[in-house]
Amino acid sequence: MTESTPPYTIVIGLETHVQLQTETKLFCGCSTKFGAPPNTQTCPVCTGHPGTLPVMNRRAFELSLRTATALNCNIATFTKWDRKQYYYPDLPKGYQISQYDLPFSYEGWLEISDPKDRFPPKKVRIIRAHLEEDAGKSMHDEHAGKADSKIDLNRTGTPLLEIVTHPDMRSPAEAKAYLTELKLLLTHLGVSDCNMQEGSLRVDANVNLHLDTPAGKVATPIVEIKNMNSFRAVEKAVAYEAERQYAEWQETGRKLGDPGVFKRTFGWDDVKNRTHVQREKEESADYRYFPDPDLVPVTVTEERIAAVRAGLGELPAQVRTRLEGSYGLTAYDSDVIVNQGRAFIEYFTTAADTGGDGKTASNWLQQDVLRVMGEQNLTIENYPVPAAALGDLLKLVRGGEVDTSRGRQVLQRMFDTGESAEAAMRSLGIEKVDESALVALCEELVAANPKLVADVKAGKMQAAGSFVGQAKKKNPNANPGRVKDLCLEIIARLP
Amino acid sequence: MSLSRAEVEKVSLLGRLQLSPAELDLMTTQLGAIVGYVEQLNELNTDGIEPMAHAVPTSNVFRDDVVRPSADRAEILSNAPHADGEFYLVPAVLGE
Ligand SMILES: [Zn+2]
Repeated sequence: MTESTPPYTIVIGLETHVQLQTETKLFCGCSTKFGAPPNTQTCPVCTGHPGTLPVMNRRAFELSLRTATALNCNIATFTKWDRKQYYYPDLPKGYQISQYDLPFSYEGWLEISDPKDRFPPKKVRIIRAHLEEDAGKSMHDEHAGKADSKIDLNRTGTPLLEIVTHPDMRSPAEAKAYLTELKLLLTHLGVSDCNMQEGSLRVDANVNLHLDTPAGKVATPIVEIKNMNSFRAVEKAVAYEAERQYAEWQETGRKLGDPGVFKRTFGWDDVKNRTHVQREKEESADYRYFPDPDLVPVTVTEERIAAVRAGLGELPAQVRTRLEGSYGLTAYDSDVIVNQGRAFIEYFTTAADTGGDGKTASNWLQQDVLRVMGEQNLTIENYPVPAAALGDLLKLVRGGEVDTSRGRQVLQRMFDTGESAEAAMRSLGIEKVDESALVALCEELVAANPKLVADVKAGKMQAAGSFVGQAKKKNPNANPGRVKDLCLEIIARLP
Repeated sequence: MSLSRAEVEKVSLLGRLQLSPAELDLMTTQLGAIVGYVEQLNELNTDGIEPMAHAVPTSNVFRDDVVRPSADRAEILSNAPHADGEFYLVPAVLGE
């Protein structure tokens, strides 16, 4: 990013393909499990043998309905599937079963916001979401030169939801925010695991620039970017492509709508950090769609749509609002917690409710629980300290029974042994020091350290820290904050 | 309207079929006859008739999401002209 505002507006639309979390493929009973040996999860139906008949997976359609409803889409009461014809070795039937003119859902939106406030919240409009089947995988060993390509059809027929946005995003950060929010929604709904490494979520970006010139507003030719395998890559690819298009426009002056200007396809190279052209010429995109005669249409009643809507439960955006409202969290903190998923949200609310304070629970979860989860590669489900037990500890910390730094030792003990907060405190010999004992200790320290007293009186506040250190040596259970306050009070009363 | 030779050429390209000039002529005649036959339907007056998406008046046919055994790999690969026991082999797919 350059410091000065670039003389253009980036216009971004995203097309996302997500694999639905079903046990079986869209039209046959083959497993969709990732990582099986090649061509062991196929059958005559998904490999397009003659005389076979596809039958739609009920669960795939239900998950699609859930998603589209959560994306605020209109649900079509009548929908059908069409054949999109093209020849490619990983598409054994010679056509993909997709949806053309009557997709099951259309015209929705997803609201995005930035916890760091780099852009104001906005609704990204969704053109449509439709249900189709995935293709297989082809591999080519480039080193082998002209050797054959290898085809694995395990993925063929996996249910795929295609979600297409309007070109509503105006910066790489907005594109990333949309993808992050979409992924959060999909995983929250249990619709997809959105694992980009395994190809469960794939993104294409359509990018061009709008420029104000003396001759009026112009737009650069649209480029579709492919091969981005992380959200970070999408962010980088879009930023790179914007600068590339601006340089190209300055050099050639070519703009959208000029004769001979077509939409081009670029690939993102994550190693070289640049886009490169994949398809230059307009290919006659002649897919000759027609209704698939093997599949009957699907109708959905208004009652069913209402029931799906009612059954969605609380969506991520609503959870964030609740955490900010009921627990007093900042937008940043609620975002961190909600991004960790449903189980973590529940862990937080239980810990906060038991401990009696949302902000304290949020701090401990982010600084201690998340850190340990990261270090030890744990999920919240197998993090050994139950939420209520952490809540008990937070209550003790808030009540001054144990200070924060010793509280951390207690949590570590709970983590190691499975003890309750009280038991862990006893095991560590931590007990609250009686206020009168604490006063006596501080008076003793003040009397024994005239030099430190002089320093404090001269405004050297580090000296107060030395009192805390000495107090800890005499009694490790002494609450540091209280010791400091007491010592300062005693010194202030000295003549 | 019958089919033009250029249209048959385009369709054969989309279908990845390499036709000789003689075959192109033959296909233009034969496909043209088929299209011409179907075109008789255009003589019918369909004003006010709702288009159908499917010839059978059925809807909502689903199956449960339950795994069934897949085909034996050796057996299903044996249907392809070339395979190596694990993968189908096809002429090199380069670029996209
Ligand atoms: Zn199958």
